[in-house]
Amino acid sequence: MLDRTAPDTMPAWGRLLAHVVVWALGLAFLVPFIVVVLNSLRTAQEIAQTSMIGWPESWAFPNYAEAWSQFCVAQNCTGLQPFMWNSAAVTIPATIVSTLLGAVAGYAISLWRFRGDTWIFGLVVLGIFLPQQVRLIPWTFVLRDIGLINTLAGLVLIHTIQGLSFTTLFCRNYYLSIPQDLMKAARIDGAGFFRTFFRIVLPLSPPILIVTVIWQFTHIWNEFLYGVTFTTGSQQPVTAALIGLNAAIADVPQYGVQSAAVVLAALPTLLVYLFGGKYFLRGLTAGAVK
Amino acid sequence: MSALTLRGITKTFGTMPVLKGIDMEIESGEFTVLVGPSGCGKSTLLNIIAGLEPPTGGTVEIGGRVVNSVAPKDRNIAMVFQTYALYPSMTVRQNITFSLECRNVPKREREAAVARVAALLQIETLLGRKPSQLSGGQRQRVAMGRALVRDPLLFLFDEPLSNLDAKLRVEMRMEIKQLHQRIRSTNVYVTHDQIEAMTMATRIAVMHQGEVQQFADPDTVYNRPANLFVARFMGAPPMNTLPARIETAAGGVRAVVGKGEAAMTLSLPAACAMQAGREVVLGLRPECIAEEDRWFGHGGERVILELPVEMTEPTGAETIVLARLGGERTLARVSPDVRLQPGDRGRFALDMRRVCLFDPGTGALIA
Repeated sequence: MLDRTAPDTMPAWGRLLAHVVVWALGLAFLVPFIVVVLNSLRTAQEIAQTSMIGWPESWAFPNYAEAWSQFCVAQNCTGLQPFMWNSAAVTIPATIVSTLLGAVAGYAISLWRFRGDTWIFGLVVLGIFLPQQVRLIPWTFVLRDIGLINTLAGLVLIHTIQGLSFTTLFCRNYYLSIPQDLMKAARIDGAGFFRTFFRIVLPLSPPILIVTVIWQFTHIWNEFLYGVTFTTGSQQPVTAALIGLNAAIADVPQYGVQSAAVVLAALPTLLVYLFGGKYFLRGLTAGAVK
Repeated sequence: MSALTLRGITKTFGTMPVLKGIDMEIESGEFTVLVGPSGCGKSTLLNIIAGLEPPTGGTVEIGGRVVNSVAPKDRNIAMVFQTYALYPSMTVRQNITFSLECRNVPKREREAAVARVAALLQIETLLGRKPSQLSGGQRQRVAMGRALVRDPLLFLFDEPLSNLDAKLRVEMRMEIKQLHQRIRSTNVYVTHDQIEAMTMATRIAVMHQGEVQQFADPDTVYNRPANLFVARFMGAPPMNTLPARIETAAGGVRAVVGKGEAAMTLSLPAACAMQAGREVVLGLRPECIAEEDRWFGHGGERVILELPVEMTEPTGAETIVLARLGGERTLARVSPDVRLQPGDRGRFALDMRRVCLFDPGTGALIA
């Protein structure tokens, strides 16, 4: 954690410079988003007649209704709605299952030392460093053989298994700060593997579970490559469906509605970040029981 | 009945031997303290008794049953940890009953057990709290409650007081001892603090480098230490150990400490005559060297010497004096009203009845 009580040794001009740099970076990251949000509230004519950057003259809220239920993406005039549900149907189960499995795996590796545990941990973590593209072809075989090509269940499977590398790493590192004496006490008290997990370890876990859930949710929701590779048409998650926008923009520019679609697609991860962000930052630096 | 028997316990980590064959027999109702400097293997031995670590060799018997392949929960033991190891998310009540819950004890019996333990330790008002809402001493009490609730054959304590501040440590030390006197539990208690060992134990096992140096009652360990390690480890300040030569003279047996002009002669009890002519290490507790007019009691040798004073440490109740005896640094405990200054030559009375002689080669007690 930052120690806010530490004596301030930075000179005044240095502080000023730091503030300027931080604000400039913040603006640089925010400007594209602000432009998109503003455009999502302007009509197509207004954007065409003035410029891409401008304050809405009349607030065009119907853009959102249209993007949600009527807008045509790749010849399907259903709006984003079904694709948003697809994304939710992939992201929510994959996030929950990968987080819980990661917690159990991290608990086993950190607190129930067994022969070869460091090797298993090394292999699990290796998954983080494999590029996504390398994994495409093996997944093609797997999904084909078990009949899950072009299904949401297939994407759930992929994201659950690939998420395990991160969730196991996060939870294992967090659980290392749980004192070994606690485990010894549980063994003498007669608690087994799962009783110790559910009664002692899991109640200590909310900080790291929040981090893991936010991480998994944003990554799976924003994931794109597997979405376009393994699903087509009505089975696509929203990130894949948004490609249709590119084609649409080339034909008939409807910047207002299209901007609204982009904002809608980003909304779930934004909300997760807004509500969980402070826990996320806190959880990444927190120890378990002190 | 023998509550705990250890036979030939060895433990090696990699190639490093940590325990080199521990044999010990502990009777039911005894308060045994394993004491030694850090790294002596005492905590490893406790973990082996608990079943948290397997021994490399040897057998552990609890209540007459070999338990080498028995899981910790089935060994009929309870343990109190240095860090208390209370489950942070559970209330005090849940902490205490968790072991009963794991054994599927009916709720009504669990409640009765909590009530009994809470009354015993006077923690009734804390039962609804979480460990984070307790002070150090209260946590310590709850940790003891968790051990007491099952009424096990053997209580294991792993340095339970070393996380408390000095004042609280003394209070809890007394409480643990009183509790033992009341319920006559069989305790094995690990500590590096020799005062805890002396004050609480019915028997002390002094450990060093993976071996038990001496296993005896506190009085014997203090007054007749089996070797130089025990002599120097037990007692604060430690026993004076001075190289000396034993001689017989007209008046009886005597020890000569130091050489040349600094040499001093101390007359010894007659029993030391067998060591005549030998080079030895002479051991004398600091409290056996006091101000000149101290009366040690009837009988025995009393020697008066004039020694140069190098430093004094007043503690209030007494004053520790660093002096030179035959050129060797020697500690004395004098009455606080004796005002000696560094550089003075003080006159001291030495109580030679409790002198110990050690073999300078092996360090073993010889007389």
